[in-house]
Amino acid sequence: MMAERDEPTGALVRPYAVTRGRTRPRLEIAIEALIETTVRGRSAGSLKGGHVREHQHIAALCDGRLQSLAEIAARMQLPLGVTRVLIADMAADGLVAVYEPTSLEDAPDAVGTELLERVLSGLRRL
Amino acid sequence: MAQRPTAGRVTSAKIVIAGGFGVGKTTLVGSVSEITPLTTEAIMTSAGVGVDDTRQVPGKSTTTVAMDFGRISIDRDLILYLFGTPGQTRFWFMWDELVRGAIGAVVLVDTRRLADCFAAIDFFEHRRLPYLVAINRFDGMQYHDPQDVREALAITQDVPVISCDARNRESTKQVLISLVEYVLTMRRQRAVAPA
Repeated sequence: MMAERDEPTGALVRPYAVTRGRTRPRLEIAIEALIETTVRGRSAGSLKGGHVREHQHIAALCDGRLQSLAEIAARMQLPLGVTRVLIADMAADGLVAVYEPTSLEDAPDAVGTELLERVLSGLRRL
Repeated sequence: MAQRPTAGRVTSAKIVIAGGFGVGKTTLVGSVSEITPLTTEAIMTSAGVGVDDTRQVPGKSTTTVAMDFGRISIDRDLILYLFGTPGQTRFWFMWDELVRGAIGAVVLVDTRRLADCFAAIDFFEHRRLPYLVAINRFDGMQYHDPQDVREALAITQDVPVISCDARNRESTKQVLISLVEYVLTMRRQRAVAPA
């Protein structure tokens, strides 16, 4: 009954081959966290290590424009978890800056309210 | 934890768009997004065991779940993301990540298939995530009184129930504005309520 594409293992192993099997990132990154390439990351020619191609791709995507983890994953056609591991490595090497979202769960009331007011006036200007 | 005001630092926020399969979530996101909606995939691996119960999906050890999302630049250093929830409710592991820290949620409903949104409403109520209900008016569809929908969904009076056209940018804007206004009102009421 089970369709071939539902076979469990194949699809699992390949994506994480990109990260040599590591599924845990060095840094927790929210799905909407913003990533921007640093000056260091811009000199992509000097990149070393195991994931040069992916790192260069990410560095180019986020050079001068903020991209969320979700956007990078979608544009690279990689699963979120894999992309998170790659970006966390790049952040640890200073190749990208990671800007965390303002979480309405964790932010102090004043910060949350200020964020909501900014979003509201931004939406009204659209 | 000291957190600086959001102005002057780069940050982002998100709103969750929920509703049954084919109700128009991606259409709604696309009507207001500055980018063509993108699709991102998550894989539930063994790392997700304990988060979600894989026993409910017999014979499968991994699951791929796709989410569509869009983006609105509020200003230079604040970007709002709209995330459509995976249609199938068995993908709870992804819903958890989607709602974490979110401003709130829009539950898009098709009045012909009202029951499709029950699971989403249950989930948001359980997680105490503010939400509103937006009734998507499909072409030539009979108008439904929001009050009737409210009663059918058994939701309290304070939850906004509005009607919208998910294809229309202005209409979608109004849905998002209503949600943020609602969240702000709730926070202000909470702030003045005696401790």
